[in-house]
Amino acid sequence: MTAVETTGPAMEPVGQRTHRVLTKVPTGILWLIVVLWTIPSFGLLVTSLRPEADQISGGWWTIVSNPTLTWQNYHDALFSPPGGTLPFSQAFVNSMAIAIPGTLVPIAIAAAAAYAFAWMDFRGRHWLFIGVLAMMAVPLQMSLVPLQQLYSGGAHVSIGSSTFILIPDLNLNNKPIAVWLAHTAFGLPLAIYLLHNYIAGLPRDVFEAARIDGANHFGIFWRIVLPLAKPAIAAFAIFQFLWVWNDYLVALIFLGQNRDASPLTIQLVNLVTSRGQGTELLPAAAFISMVVPLVIFFSLQRYFVRGLLAGSVKG
Amino acid sequence: MAAVTLDKVNKVYDNGFHAVHDLDLDIRDGEFLVLVGPSGCGKSTALRMVAGLESISSGELRIGERVVNDVHPKDRDIAFVFQNYALYPHMTVRDNIGFALKLRKASKREITERVEEAARLLELTELLDIKPGQLSGGQRQRVAMGRAIVRRPQVFLMDEPLSNLDAKLRVQMRAEISHLQHDLGVTTLYVTHDQIEAMTMGHRVAVMSKGFLQQVDTPQNLYDHPNNLYVATFIGSPQMNLAMGQLDLDGTAHLAIGKHRLAIPDDLLSTRPGLRAYAGRDVVVGLRPESLEDASVKPDPTGGDRTLEAMVELREGLGSEVVAHAKLDARGPHVETAQGVPEGSLLGDAGIELVARLDPRTTVAVGKVAKFTVDIDTLHFFDPETTLAIRD
Repeated sequence: MTAVETTGPAMEPVGQRTHRVLTKVPTGILWLIVVLWTIPSFGLLVTSLRPEADQISGGWWTIVSNPTLTWQNYHDALFSPPGGTLPFSQAFVNSMAIAIPGTLVPIAIAAAAAYAFAWMDFRGRHWLFIGVLAMMAVPLQMSLVPLQQLYSGGAHVSIGSSTFILIPDLNLNNKPIAVWLAHTAFGLPLAIYLLHNYIAGLPRDVFEAARIDGANHFGIFWRIVLPLAKPAIAAFAIFQFLWVWNDYLVALIFLGQNRDASPLTIQLVNLVTSRGQGTELLPAAAFISMVVPLVIFFSLQRYFVRGLLAGSVKG
Repeated sequence: MAAVTLDKVNKVYDNGFHAVHDLDLDIRDGEFLVLVGPSGCGKSTALRMVAGLESISSGELRIGERVVNDVHPKDRDIAFVFQNYALYPHMTVRDNIGFALKLRKASKREITERVEEAARLLELTELLDIKPGQLSGGQRQRVAMGRAIVRRPQVFLMDEPLSNLDAKLRVQMRAEISHLQHDLGVTTLYVTHDQIEAMTMGHRVAVMSKGFLQQVDTPQNLYDHPNNLYVATFIGSPQMNLAMGQLDLDGTAHLAIGKHRLAIPDDLLSTRPGLRAYAGRDVVVGLRPESLEDASVKPDPTGGDRTLEAMVELREGLGSEVVAHAKLDARGPHVETAQGVPEGSLLGDAGIELVARLDPRTTVAVGKVAKFTVDIDTLHFFDPETTLAIRD
């Protein structure tokens, strides 16, 4: 200790050096996590590009001694998978057809609802909002059976001898719209909550200025709120899209019997269970399903960083 | 252009708070009227009621001949300039200024022309295609003004538009807004808490306190003839000095302030006949700082019965003048003024602080008793109970 303190001005004090080293610890840990979490994905990528024989003969790291790479697995998975599995090119389109409406519909409804909860005065607003938030506590699994009954049989109330139809029998099961509606319903409470918090925090002056400029509620929503809420919308869109894209349960329940409309997640499972055939395609298939989340995240992540509100009011 | 009339306008919030009481205001066509008062006095609420951002609890609001109590803000033909500018952060300056026109479905050409005309007027032409985030405070303020003038409204409403600017810019923008209003001739209601802004910008100034209108008049008349103690102490800086005095009209008329006696000339009593009713009673005497002068610079013309002696405690040389703070042996009034209960009353009999604006040649020195000549004709008198001015 004393020796260090007296070695002259060129040496920094022990306290400062400890501080400097310690401040690097969190960064170091983060890097460690990044590496640890990336290794399996990297391994998957390598394996997906290896011929079947090489995949079986050893772990992905044997690529170093046997560097043969091929696109064959991707080709087979996308266009000619074994057995009764839907080609992944088709499943990919199905996943898109589920995830895009499953993201856009709740955002459209939630943004409008969030604006109304935040900036419109109507009776019962407070309790309605609490009711919406309370729905976040309902586990998804609990609503699967009632929802399926609703889809296939509608809802009826019998009083005495007369029956009232609350919801008609629409026979939605095993149609993509069944999954869209389910994802919309499950996503809405969180979406309304997140967007409400953001939209309620927009400066009141801006809304008042727009009212004086002649905008009605729809105009304010369309021209002011939506552009300003972009960061929050983007954040929610990422969550919702990833959740819907990766969803297996909801798709299996409402779309499981419809092979031609089923998404990647269901087809991935089918690939494994088809009598041992096609396991070599699994890494490639898994990677195909990972591409979209990666693209989504990297294309929208700037919205997390950029504060769109700069310059609206002072400070 | 149009006149704006508030007729017994009240604002009572849902929680029962009565923010504005029976406000009567008559803003003439083309007039620049400033509504001034401390924060929470109801001035912003009044302005927002004119804009239609707050509902009117009772009373009538007319713009021109039209009663607009229940008219939507956009249909009142007004423009509002916010304290925080309230620019749309995601739009360029051009779109910010043109937003109202776009909503009115004006043609693209008309929007471009009018936006560029407004930009020329406000020297914003170079900035038209950038977003508010890249502008300085003064430039944002100009954009907010541009947004107001581009609509050619009947009335401008401005809510403390300069309070977020630094002192130098504020002085500059003060002049610019005055110029603009003069050139455009648009009726303007301007809210501020800054009495200097009010005095320099307004054709007339309305002083509000605690939801009540205190007085409306030209800046000079407010200064020279305040209606009550509140206005007297709110307008003017340094503030008017207040002391309790006894009026004695038997024999030679005089006013006793502490141990001092000031002779009251007959013409003062004839211009303010109301004073006679206060013979033998307490009055609140108001002395503007410039009503006092160092007796060694400007001797008392009557030879001694118009002077006050006070111990100088602080001397602030400003070059053009000297501001002296002195302790006068007198009682202060126990009434609430614009600055709260005056210091003198807290000191009890220990005296009141007298602020004087003196000629720079003055010889007053800290720690010495100085003699001040009082300009009797400019004294103000107030009833200690009602706080109203005693005039006629």
